Amino acid sequence: MLTIKDLRASIDGKPILKGINLHINAGEIHAIMGPNGSGKSTLSSVLTGNSRFTVDGGEVTFLGKNLLELPPEDRARMGLFMSFQYPVEIPGVSMVNFMRAAVNEKRKFNGQPPISAQDYLKMMREKSQLVEIDSRLTSRSVNEGFSGGEKKKNEIFQMAMLEPRLSILDETDSGLDIDALRIVANGVNKLKTPETSAIVITHYQRLLDYIVPDVVHVLYNGQIVKTGGKELALELEKKGYDWIKSEFDNK
Amino acid sequence: MDEQKEKMEKSLSALYDKYAETIARNMPEAMNNAREAAIGYFKENGFPKRGSERYKYTDVAEAYTRGYGYSFTPFMPKTDRQFMFRCTVPNLDTYIVTIINGWLDAENTQVADGVVATSIENGAKLYPDLFNKYYNRQAEKRTDSTIALNTAFSRSGLFLYIPDNLVVDKPIQIINIMLGPRPMMINQRNLVIAGRGSQSKILLCDHTQTEQKFLLNNVSEIALQQDAKLDCYNIQNFNDQSSQISTLMFEQEANSHLLTNTLTLHGHFVRNNLEVLLKGEHAEANIYGLSLPKGTQHVDNYTFIDHAVPNCNSYELYKNILNDESTGAFSGYVLVRKDAQKTNAMQTNKNICITKSAKIYTKPQLEIYADDVKCSHGATVGQLDDTALFYMQQRGIGKDEARMMLMSAFAHEVVSAIDIPALAERYKEMIENRLRGKQTDCGDCMMHCNKK
Repeated sequence: MLTIKDLRASIDGKPILKGINLHINAGEIHAIMGPNGSGKSTLSSVLTGNSRFTVDGGEVTFLGKNLLELPPEDRARMGLFMSFQYPVEIPGVSMVNFMRAAVNEKRKFNGQPPISAQDYLKMMREKSQLVEIDSRLTSRSVNEGFSGGEKKKNEIFQMAMLEPRLSILDETDSGLDIDALRIVANGVNKLKTPETSAIVITHYQRLLDYIVPDVVHVLYNGQIVKTGGKELALELEKKGYDWIKSEFDNK
Repeated sequence: MDEQKEKMEKSLSALYDKYAETIARNMPEAMNNAREAAIGYFKENGFPKRGSERYKYTDVAEAYTRGYGYSFTPFMPKTDRQFMFRCTVPNLDTYIVTIINGWLDAENTQVADGVVATSIENGAKLYPDLFNKYYNRQAEKRTDSTIALNTAFSRSGLFLYIPDNLVVDKPIQIINIMLGPRPMMINQRNLVIAGRGSQSKILLCDHTQTEQKFLLNNVSEIALQQDAKLDCYNIQNFNDQSSQISTLMFEQEANSHLLTNTLTLHGHFVRNNLEVLLKGEHAEANIYGLSLPKGTQHVDNYTFIDHAVPNCNSYELYKNILNDESTGAFSGYVLVRKDAQKTNAMQTNKNICITKSAKIYTKPQLEIYADDVKCSHGATVGQLDDTALFYMQQRGIGKDEARMMLMSAFAHEVVSAIDIPALAERYKEMIENRLRGKQTDCGDCMMHCNKK
């Protein structure tokens, strides 16, 4: 599904990613954990094509294509989705129109005709039930005036609508109460198929109780410094990041 | 350039002097009586100077120095009736008033029973009391020599009277068409009176049908009598060679309610003067505007809200989306006079410059002499939100489409203030076409793209 080789990236000349290597197979869930400032969000930004970051080297292959040479919209249309840590409010753009545009762009990319109004509404209804989002929210402007929890649910709703191959959940658990966390995680789990993969970026073990990862990576100082099974997350929860920091800072 | 302007000032003055008799012929006394003082004001002051209080960012004289012909008699080439039908707003049934080169086309004018839509000189004959009461009442203020030029020269225009308590069932669409084989200057003068307790909606649609450059200087004095409710939508859609100085002067008596919305799509040079005098208590004015200049267009919106009495409300929202090398200006003058206690006056101006070379000047100006009032103003200038753009791209929406959606969204606040759903849809469509840079099959006018 996704192969990252020696990926290096910087912002305003300051190196953040210093050689990331990662391989994700179809059907796998990878958790990426790490202390603040380790480069977790930079990694998701670079993968999705945010132009604020400069790629300084390395390769990323997604579904056989060189991801880094594609514009963000093509990456998305191929099936790369990111749940934003801070979903953006877009006053005046209704969720309905926004999602219809997104769904149709993807269909066009795949050589399909635009979705019919009837099918679209049906899809909206089904998917909003799936992620337990209030259907009234979907008739409002994108994220405008949504609470933190509603915004995150709305991210998962969009994920459901777009049926991505690879989803990056960038600190989706931040700012969520326990109920919202459960709903969001349930949504993600329901959308899981053997053909789809996910990268779950988080500080805490908590989310991984609900979304159980196959592999856990620890990102520190722009590199993946440790990889293990789901028990690694538990260990981190217990011991914190300091032992990893000291282990690598002393090297 | 200055030489040219001086020359133009002299030649306009000379034109008046030479044709004063012709200009006055068969015209109402009230109009003729006002001419001498008006041309006198122009002779004394010349064109408004750029940098002056009212014309801070706009050199209006430039619009005049582009060489136009002038006609003192009706010049009304046959217009393709099909052209007017193209102005039809889908799902919106309207009464039609047709004006060609400033002159009322009675044959193609039909309004509701009871409503009077006739030429300005005929209006003076039919309703002398109303005419004499309201004509030049607002325009006489002598603050602007373009208005003075209109008062001096005008021989054409519309008299529209909505009698007391009449609720007009459909919007009255005033289609202003300019056409001709040569460049032309037009001074159109309208008088609109919304009688006591009447309710009506007016849709002003300004078009050029030929590719010639036109200069339209139109002045409308619009009176809302007590308890009257009037919506006035103004859609400016000229070819990009043409210029317009549009002056709408409203006076509102007690409990009257005004809603205006000015949409500027095309035009080489557009200056909109919109003045509201709140002279009766509990009157309310809601003033909206949206301009979308591109290329080297210049669009200047000047508004003046005069709170003369207590307990009135005004709300004002103007937006600009500027592309290419275009320039825009917004000057919003709000005057709250000494006695106008309990005034609510809010003014907002928001602007997006799409390119680095587009320029916007914004100047809010509040003068408050009463002490128990609520007034606010705010102006913003920005670019499209990059984080929103990226968010949309991440959902698969291409950058151009995403920009488009954000611009439409920016315009939404103004569009949503339209009280006629079918017209709001039309606005939206026109704005999108305009932003997409779509030229339709029917020349410059976006209004016709649905029928052909």
